[in-house]
Amino acid sequence: MLPIMEITGSLNMVGYGLATIGPGIGVAMVFAAVINGTARQPEARGALMSTAWIGFAVVEALAIIGIALAFAIQ
Amino acid sequence: MGRLGLIIPMEGGGEGDAHHWPPGVHSFDPKPLFPDAGMDWLNTYLLQAVIGALIVILLWLWFAKDQKIVPGFKQWIGEQLYNLIRNGIGRDALGPDYHKYTPYLVALFSFILVNNLFGQFFLSMFPTFSRVGYAYGLALLSFILYNAAGIAKHGLGSYLKLMTMPKGVPPLLYIIIIPLEILSNFIVRPITLALRLFANLFAGHLVVIVFVVGGSMLLESASVLYKVAGGASLLMAFPIFGLELFIGALQAYIFTVLTAQYVASSIADDH
Repeated sequence: MLPIMEITGSLNMVGYGLATIGPGIGVAMVFAAVINGTARQPEARGALMSTAWIGFAVVEALAIIGIALAFAIQ
Repeated sequence: MGRLGLIIPMEGGGEGDAHHWPPGVHSFDPKPLFPDAGMDWLNTYLLQAVIGALIVILLWLWFAKDQKIVPGFKQWIGEQLYNLIRNGIGRDALGPDYHKYTPYLVALFSFILVNNLFGQFFLSMFPTFSRVGYAYGLALLSFILYNAAGIAKHGLGSYLKLMTMPKGVPPLLYIIIIPLEILSNFIVRPITLALRLFANLFAGHLVVIVFVVGGSMLLESASVLYKVAGGASLLMAFPIFGLELFIGALQAYIFTVLTAQYVASSIADDH
């Protein structure tokens, strides 16, 4: 008999799922802006991308801190 | 797990008994190579990292052997890979002095890529960087590199000034800006660099374990409905593996790009 209906574990994971919404939207906005900018001015791609990577790293840091806390806090 | 365990390779430790379900952090426990010798540090992950390093070194030596003016197929592949990193990552981010950092970037990218592909390779089945310690090690290397590059270019004092006091900020705001910049540039950067790589591979591989182990447990159950669901779950594992291949390559690229960007921001003349 499989323990399929038995749900155990930590609610932290649900919290982490909620916490990824913000960074998800943020990363999407960063790269949407890059796509828009590149479409308008293709030669600016290099300059846009270098700023975008830093912005992406800063925004995604929230999701990463989230997963660390989801495992660290019991 | 019975006879099914012979047919379907088990993730998360061969026997796959009930205590392996649900999969979690314990699924990634390292297995010592010689359990009786008392050398617990000599485990599968260390072996993978060493083999990965050997593969990277030998592969690039092989690519670089007897180069010709008109390249053959082998040399062409090697040059394409090298150019992808040198031009696509190094030159775009670092500007004119990208030559100094190209060897590190190439080595970093290929080492992470090979180790991520170990997650889909049938003998290892675990990405090396799903253990957080290895990711911390790589991030520490990059942390040392970008700080050393900045100190070598500007000297210690003006490097710290560059990293903590952005131009154009009114002096009254320094009391807020300096702690924030120290936190962001010296603490959050290396930690997120490591945890991004680790979390992507760890979570991705956990999904694979859920699909494969869960699917095979469902196949073993009595109800026909569960068996159908188990088959569907095992089939779904294949697209997930494809996604994991893509994510492994993408994370290797992102780690390298961010290292290049951090070096660029610490050797920049103006923040």
